Amino acid sequence: MCGIAGVIHRDGPGDVGREITAMLQSMKHRGPDSTGYALYGAGGEGMVLRVKLADPRERGSIGWEEDLERRLHEVTTRLAKVGADVGTVDRTTDYALRATVDFDGDLKSLVDHVEDIPGCEVLSAGSSLEIVKDLGDAEEVSRQYGLARFCGTHAIGHVRMATESDVDIAGAHPYWAYPFGDVAVVHNGQLTNYHQWRRRLERLGHRFASECDSEIIAVYLAEKLANGVSLETAVKESLDDLDGVFTYVVVTKDSLGVAKDEMAAKPLVLYETASMVALASEEVAIRAIVDHEIETYDPYEREALVWTL
Amino acid sequence: MDSVVGERGLTYDARGLAEPDAVAPKVAEIDGDRASFDATGLSTRQINLELRRLLYEGGVEHVTVRNPGAKHSLGVGILRRCSIHFEGSLGYFGLGIIDGPEVTVTGRVGWSVCENMMSGVVVVEHNAGSLTGAALRGGDLVIRGDVGARTGIDQKGGTILVGGNAGLLTGFMMQRGRQIICGDTGPGLGDSMYDGAIYVGGKVANLGIDCVEEELSEADLEVLDRKLGMYGFDQPSSGFRKFVCGKVLYNYDSLEPAERKLIL
Repeated sequence: MCGIAGVIHRDGPGDVGREITAMLQSMKHRGPDSTGYALYGAGGEGMVLRVKLADPRERGSIGWEEDLERRLHEVTTRLAKVGADVGTVDRTTDYALRATVDFDGDLKSLVDHVEDIPGCEVLSAGSSLEIVKDLGDAEEVSRQYGLARFCGTHAIGHVRMATESDVDIAGAHPYWAYPFGDVAVVHNGQLTNYHQWRRRLERLGHRFASECDSEIIAVYLAEKLANGVSLETAVKESLDDLDGVFTYVVVTKDSLGVAKDEMAAKPLVLYETASMVALASEEVAIRAIVDHEIETYDPYEREALVWTL
Repeated sequence: MDSVVGERGLTYDARGLAEPDAVAPKVAEIDGDRASFDATGLSTRQINLELRRLLYEGGVEHVTVRNPGAKHSLGVGILRRCSIHFEGSLGYFGLGIIDGPEVTVTGRVGWSVCENMMSGVVVVEHNAGSLTGAALRGGDLVIRGDVGARTGIDQKGGTILVGGNAGLLTGFMMQRGRQIICGDTGPGLGDSMYDGAIYVGGKVANLGIDCVEEELSEADLEVLDRKLGMYGFDQPSSGFRKFVCGKVLYNYDSLEPAERKLIL
């Protein structure tokens, strides 16, 4: 099932952390296993990295704390080694890091160096994108990572009901479009030509952190963006390139886009005003952040919509 | 109240949706045979229990529910004649398996409204999601706004009237009854329909498998005029086109098993 949500403020930053938490919490029944966020902050801190040092389910295993300390040390060492000037390193939880670095080299090389450390995964990288995902419901994850204070222009989120893989962070959305900074995707549905696209993208040198079909949407779109295709065109082309049922939301540094497959099999409810757009799998999520009577609509099949800041 | 309170003996509830101990909150203001209550802060089950308390035990005929907040599964399983007025929007699976009520919704409804409705009238002022009137058996379902995909899937009777546009596969596998779509319809209209009629006032993107156009008869025009007039649509019936099953996929005989036994 799974639930997806997104919000974009076209008139400047808002309380996106609090808003997307309320939206996702109201859809907890669509997915109680894990919750994920992709938020866009004000930027200006250089590059922001969100890194997972270990999966929380491993807590309590032999040498857990020593492993984390060793990995943390290794991450900072390797960042310095690839020429990144490390600014701040916050341990948001014992197994999750938020680091700001000054770096203008090859992002893929930086990420590969970090991910070469056993157990480590770069959840997001970019000048303003920050991905937070963990087990538990939206409020639990938001509290753990202090997201209520997050101020930004746009955000998306996902509540997951694990059906095809384990309940762990690797299977949680949103997916960052490694190795392209500032692009992330949440998806509700199943892609039937996943393996085909995965092989195609792997041939171009991309790595996948999970077995999840949603991850290829992010890389597929980012690959197009990197080749100079506009987000509108990329999202439209995905309607022909991706098979299966899907409603996905993609975010970049300055845009938010959605696409719905040609069978219109997965729900999406949209609320749009001049200053903001909110969308979710269920209207109840939009009503969690709008306190007055509103008019919403469902996009039709093969609709591809993009809003830009 | 056994019929009202279920879910006893529940042992597993991963999504935290069940409320086995929920009781009607008794918050309604009752005035003779009329009652109203504010649904803000009430759970789906509390709202439904309050509705049932009023309609089945409180001698109430007309209920107004304020601020339903797009919650799911509201107003389901009401099996008596009464009137219910929702001031706001309903979520998914609203008003399912109802038999008798006259319902108005001032906002919109989500997916699968009035699934398997047996009789009654439901009027929604704004949009509806997909699967509107799925497996509808009887009654009138009126949506003044647009509807999503697969409207009236598996419809077995009754009338679905849409003031705006309809999405793809409208009337998919429809078996009986009629649909009146005042606006445009998406691709695959009437795909694999068995019987029944779909009247479209706007443009049709394309027809589904085994769906064909038929001339409007006097009886069709009369039905259209009556239904459109009844719900205040001023569109002239003459502008509608009628779509029915082409029956080229009818590869079985038309007898029910019981009838076949009689003949053979």
